[in-house]
Amino acid sequence: MNNYITAYYSDEEDLLKGLKQIISKGLKVNDVLTPFPVHGLDKVIGLRRSRLTRVAFAGGAIGALVGFLFQAWVFTNAYPINFGGKPFFAVPSFIPVTFEIAVLFAAFAMVFGFLIHNKLGPGSKNIIHDERVTDDRFLIVLDIKGEANDKIKSIETILSDAGAQGITIKE
Amino acid sequence: MYVSPIREPLIRGAKNYSQVTKDILAPMAGTPSKYWYMGITLAGAAALFGAWATFMTVYYGIGTWGLNKTVGWGWGITNFVWWVGIGHAGTFISAILLLFRQKWRTSINRSAEAMTLIAIACAGFFPLIHMGRLLLGFFIFPYPNTRALWVNFNSPLLWDVFAISTYFLVSLIFWYVGLIPDIGTVRDKAKTKIRKAIYGFLSFGWTGSAKHWSRHETVSLILAGLAAPLVLSVHTIVSFDFATSVIPGWHTTIFPPYFVSGAVFSGFAMVLTLLIVARKALNLEEYITINHIESMNKVIIVTGSIVGIAYITEFFMAWYSGVEYEQYAFMNRAFGPYAWAYWIMMTCNVITPQLFWFKKIRTSLVATFIISIFVNIGMWFERFVIVVTSLHRDYLPSSWTMYKPTIVEVGLYVGTIGLFFTLFLIFIRVFPVIAIAEVKSVLKSSGDNKINAHHE
Repeated sequence: MNNYITAYYSDEEDLLKGLKQIISKGLKVNDVLTPFPVHGLDKVIGLRRSRLTRVAFAGGAIGALVGFLFQAWVFTNAYPINFGGKPFFAVPSFIPVTFEIAVLFAAFAMVFGFLIHNKLGPGSKNIIHDERVTDDRFLIVLDIKGEANDKIKSIETILSDAGAQGITIKE
Repeated sequence: MYVSPIREPLIRGAKNYSQVTKDILAPMAGTPSKYWYMGITLAGAAALFGAWATFMTVYYGIGTWGLNKTVGWGWGITNFVWWVGIGHAGTFISAILLLFRQKWRTSINRSAEAMTLIAIACAGFFPLIHMGRLLLGFFIFPYPNTRALWVNFNSPLLWDVFAISTYFLVSLIFWYVGLIPDIGTVRDKAKTKIRKAIYGFLSFGWTGSAKHWSRHETVSLILAGLAAPLVLSVHTIVSFDFATSVIPGWHTTIFPPYFVSGAVFSGFAMVLTLLIVARKALNLEEYITINHIESMNKVIIVTGSIVGIAYITEFFMAWYSGVEYEQYAFMNRAFGPYAWAYWIMMTCNVITPQLFWFKKIRTSLVATFIISIFVNIGMWFERFVIVVTSLHRDYLPSSWTMYKPTIVEVGLYVGTIGLFFTLFLIFIRVFPVIAIAEVKSVLKSSGDNKINAHHE
């Protein structure tokens, strides 16, 4: 059973040109694996802007609230103690800790969001299609599950016409 | 992307992508050189000296230090502020320069961030040991306890706890997120099974997918946006430790900006000290070029000048305030028994960085290395001057005294320097010292020969 087809380019400009050609022929590119973030690739394969920023904002907002309310609770409710005649509910002196907790929560929320969303993490078993992807190859992956042989042949032709190298069918 | 033809390339030697990978991974391969062994032996010995000093402090108590009733903060706090300051350069390079889209940061951000992490660890050690009873260090965190006690949120010392911990954790994840793709590269280039398994685990299963990269860029950008105000807040809060007190010489509103620029100033000096040696030792001269050194030297001129102006402003304000205690504190700094420390500080921090106005000097490796050492020394003395000279002659002349560190305090300081270099030497063997993926992403626009990069 054939599952997907991979092919690579060795330069990002060729990759972008080739991809445009492949996509214009009506093929669906499932993934593009690159050694570094390629400028303009998002647009070509139609990726939306990441919404992780909202996760960060939510994390930061929760952090700020937790930080502030906790300090307010400690000083007005749990353990009100007079420090040199300062007010118990001393908003200005709660600001530094509130800020730090907000940053901490935002950063961690975002990074965990990033890892979970991408299914990355310690022990993650993602398929490594080509070991040179992290070096100098720009690999494209197309899903061909359940496709007829003629169709696969035509995909291969389109790929090689678009200048892709090393076209391989994998299970 | 258009790049001006007069702009000098950031990466020399007309590399292609696979050469970049090979060059940057080279220092991790094989057995370490004999210089590496010499370095780690020396650093390890210094760290052992520190371990002995730690033992003495914990076993016999803080009385083994030279502190007294009048001077309650000495080398311990001096070293703390110095190390935190050194850490700031890494975040400045990786976060603030990222927000300003400075491409030259790509060659130095990884090692500078590693330096940040190690420096914060060294810094955090000092307040902890200053408590005397190391094992009760966790008392500084607000945790539910049987005494129903909470910490004092009005105290800048407590703000410091939050600032430094947050700073360390955020720097750590920022650094690691940046490392993930490069660990992927190490994994894919690994020759042995064990190496592959370890780096495979650490790489979190990185594949290089376009979706991941797109999110990775978003995460990096937002983390930089978070880390930038964070780094400013950290040294601001450290300066609050002093500024919110009523000690003449500490109680000034100029402290936050003055401390932050001082921190970046000393941090860049430390980055230069390390990288001038590292680029040579690791054969990375084509990646960390004279241009990088020169750019860092320019940051040193700016921050050094801000620090210089802050010194003069402080002096002026002491006179202008008309407060005789404040005036005395400053006269005592400049002409009192610790005048030698004050003038070392003035010379190293105000005069030496100004030499970088000459292009010959700021593009000379030897001169830069020497000046960077001077700045490191000067910035240590700045903290010493602030801490000790303000304390040793307080409001009551009968309690005036002098402060001298003991061998235990010296041991703690030397120990953290040893720890710093030990961990840095381990770092250069374990992880790529330059952000491989980031260098590749600027190779086309900023490499030598620019377009020549892709032919194998």
